[in-house]
Parts: sequence; C-alpha cells; structure tokens
Amino acid sequence: MLKKIEAIIREDKVNDVKDALMDIGIVGLNIFEIRGHGRQGGIRLVGRAGTYQVDMLPKIQVNIILSEHNMEETIQTIRKAACTGEPGDGLIFVYPVEEVIRIRTGERGQDAVMYPGDIDEKRGRGKAKDS
Amino acid sequence: MNSGDTAWMLVSCALVLLMTPALALFYGGMVRRKNVLSTLTLSYIFMALIGVQWLLYGYSLAFGTDIGGLIGGLNFAGFNGVDALPNDDYSKTIPHSLFAAFQMMFAVITPALITGAFVERVNFKSFLLFSLLWATLVYDPLCHWVWGQGGWLKQLGVLDFAGGTVVHIAAGFSALAFALVIGPRKGYGKAPMEPHSIPLTVLGAGLLWVGWFGFNAGSALAANGVAVNALLTTNTSAATAGLVWMMLSWLDGRPSTLGIATGMVVGLAAVTPASGFVTPLAAMVIGAVAAPLSYYTMRFRDRRKLDESLDVWACHGIASSWGTIATGLFATVAVNSDGANGLFFGNPKQIGIQLLAVAVTMIFSFVVTYVVAKLLDWSIGLRVTAIEEEVGLDISSHGERSYS
Repeated sequence: MLKKIEAIIREDKVNDVKDALMDIGIVGLNIFEIRGHGRQGGIRLVGRAGTYQVDMLPKIQVNIILSEHNMEETIQTIRKAACTGEPGDGLIFVYPVEEVIRIRTGERGQDAVMYPGDIDEKRGRGKAKDS
Repeated sequence: MNSGDTAWMLVSCALVLLMTPALALFYGGMVRRKNVLSTLTLSYIFMALIGVQWLLYGYSLAFGTDIGGLIGGLNFAGFNGVDALPNDDYSKTIPHSLFAAFQMMFAVITPALITGAFVERVNFKSFLLFSLLWATLVYDPLCHWVWGQGGWLKQLGVLDFAGGTVVHIAAGFSALAFALVIGPRKGYGKAPMEPHSIPLTVLGAGLLWVGWFGFNAGSALAANGVAVNALLTTNTSAATAGLVWMMLSWLDGRPSTLGIATGMVVGLAAVTPASGFVTPLAAMVIGAVAAPLSYYTMRFRDRRKLDESLDVWACHGIASSWGTIATGLFATVAVNSDGANGLFFGNPKQIGIQLLAVAVTMIFSFVVTYVVAKLLDWSIGLRVTAIEEEVGLDISSHGERSYS
C-alpha cells in the first residue's frame, strides 16, 4: 500500500527536514512554495508609514510518496525536524495513493518508489531493481 | 554664450530625463506583480507624449510671448524661432533651444508623478487623454505664471527655484483630485496591497536622487556658485529627510527600507523650490520638517481609506508646499543675488507671496484636474472593468506579463 505525505512546514525548516529525511533514507521528495495560515494567523510588516497585517505567510509543502510501512518513521522524523514548539510549525497530511508509475522503466507500485540506498535497503527490506 | 554653462546644461538635461525612468522604477516596485508593466508605462509614456506636445505647442504656451500674465502665445510653436542663440528673457549664456529642451524634461516628469494616484485601475486610453489635457490646461499655464516672462506670479516675485509649485504641488494636488474621482482599487483596505519589489523602488529612489542634481542644480541655468549651492541643499535635504523618516519608521516598529527611500524622495521634493535660494543648513531644516509632515499625511490618508495609491499628494504635494513656504522663510540674497530675502532675513513680504503661490497652485491644479477627470469619467470612463482589474493591467491593458 502506497501513501502520500504532504507536510506543510516553516520555510526555515526545509533544510532540517530534508537532511533528517535523507538520514533515514527518504530519498525522493519534492516541495512546493505555498502561502497560507492556520492558528498562527499572520505577522505585521512595516510599510512606508506604519505597519500592516499580512495573513498569508510563506510556507513549504513537502511531498513524499512511500510505502505504508515506512510512514510512521517518516512522520516522526518530519515532526522532530520541523518542530519549534511555537504556533506556525505546520501540519502533516497523509493520503492513500492509487498507483505510481516510473516513467523511465514502467515499474509500478512499490518498485516505482524504491531508490538505491533508500529506507528499505537500509532496513534490509529489499533493494531497488535498477541499482 | 558660455560653453561651460552650455556643457553643464546639456548634462543637466540628460540627468533630468533620467528621472522619468527612475520614477517608473520607484512606482513600479510598489504595485502588485500583475500591474508592473502598466505602472512603468504610465511614467515612461510621457517621454514620448510630452516629447511631442512640448515641441508642437507646450513650450510656446509656457514660454511664448505673454498674454495678460496668464499664458504664452503661439510664437514658439513647433520650436519656431527657438534656435541656438541665447535668449534675453530665459537664457543669456546658453542656446535658447537648450533652455527649451531642459524645460521639456520638467514637463515630461511632472504628469508622470501624478500617475501614482491611479495605478492598478486606470484605463490607458482615458489616461492618455487626461494627460494631454492636463499638460495643456494645468502644466503649461502654471509654468507660464511662475517662470514665463510676464507670468503673473513671477511678476509678484514668487521664488520657486526648480518647480515646487509648477511640478510638485501641482502633481500632488492633481493626484489627490484624480484619486477622489476614480475611487479606490478593488479590495483596497480589505487585503494588503503589498509592494511586489522594493528593490526596484530603492533603485528608482537612488536614480531620482542622481537626476535631481540636474533638476535643481541645473535650474541655475549656469555652471556657477548658485548651481553648486543648489546641489548641496538638494543633497542635504534628501539626507536629512531620509534619516528622520528612518527614525519615524523605527518608532513604529522597524527602520523600513521602503520608508528610508521614501523619506529621501520627500526631502528632494521639499527642497526643490528653495534649492537655489537657501543655505545648506536651512535645507537641513526643510528636510527634517518635510519628513514628519509627509509621514503623518500618509497615515491620515490611509486612515481615511482614501486610495491615493502611491502617496503623490503626501510625498510631493505636502512636502513641496512646505518647501515653497520655507523658501519665504530662509531665502537670502547672500546665496543668490537674483533671489530675495525671506522672513528670517528681514523680508516678511516674501512669505505672503509664497503662501499665495502655494494656495493658487493647490486650488488651480486640484480644481482643473477634478473637473477634467470627472468629465472623462462621465464620458468615456476612467477605470478598466472589474475583471480587467482583477486580472491585472499588464495582461488586460498591454497583453504582456512582467515575469513569465
């Protein structure tokens, strides 16, 4: 079973999260630069004369497709790396994924999300075929 | 004819021309990313539009043979008789054509200043028509009153070295009138309308400062001590107003970059009428007072929910009103023997003349602009449609994108 993790995190935490994920062997990911707000609300910026409120703040959305058995470890890794304890740390969403197809090889499912040196190889759960 | 003067005035011409693209950048950085090209064009187009208007008849209306102190005749239309020889009235040591070219650059940038009032929503066709009418009905007559031989304010002895009344008060109060007619941008006051690129604005402000040396020091029309004094007063007022604005911004939170750049421009606008008549130390006072005046005018305007979008009224209208009045306080013939003394040098009469000129310019430019804008609004409409405004004027008016 494949899952998609969408983690919305602080801009300044993107490198910490990426490094922590690489450490545990989450190799494939991509990010969106997004804007939004949750409980944090917004911040006041200084304008020409006085300040103004901005309610849509820049955030980073990290997208990862992975096997279900790696999900909990990945979620905990992201939480640990992205947490400051202040409002605005973000949210993690998990969705089921119908199918994944690697364009180059035509591999499908779990095979399509395995990479050389990834989390499954590190944990002895298999090896990417094209390594 | 003096070749030193001529050389300096050729350079000044180029410096003042630079101010229009500089203004385009200054304004262009402060709008949202969907209206950048539109905003740049609103300024830029004047190099073309007035470049033609001034040559055809604008210069003649402003500097042609006086008719009743109110307007120039058409004797210089098409630059007829505006030749390479000096002119006794305007340019004793440089070619008359060079004086006319220098004045053209002023006529180009002044209507461009007004565009800050109506960015992000003005219909380009109506804007072009308004601009031509404004140059003809406001700028050319006002320029004649203050600087034209026989102009009635000049006869009264008003001191306006480089265009506090003609350029900055006129632009500022016209901006206010136009903003009242066209109304606010869609969503103004509900969502913040953030400047999309403060670096562009900072670059624009810097280039404006450079160009202003030509604007003010060039207004001496000679490479002499008055020109150097004007350069120094210009620099001093911009520097002081920049520092004071920084402190005001700091007191309200942080020393904002946009605020510091704005303060510098406010200092430049304020000292313009005074630059060739006051000492650098007086220019420091002019800049220091201009900053809070403009700063709190902006706050007042914002609280009133009046969308005079880029604060032309606060930056140019208010700052230069103060500068023109201050000229009546600080002017001294020790700086410029062709000038006059102000109140602090024993001539209380000058302050009355200055106040009159300020009031006349405010009322004249406001009323004519209001009427012209209202007529255009009733006939062909001033605004783009709501959907065009939502999409942004870069695409809806010009069919282009700033950033692809």
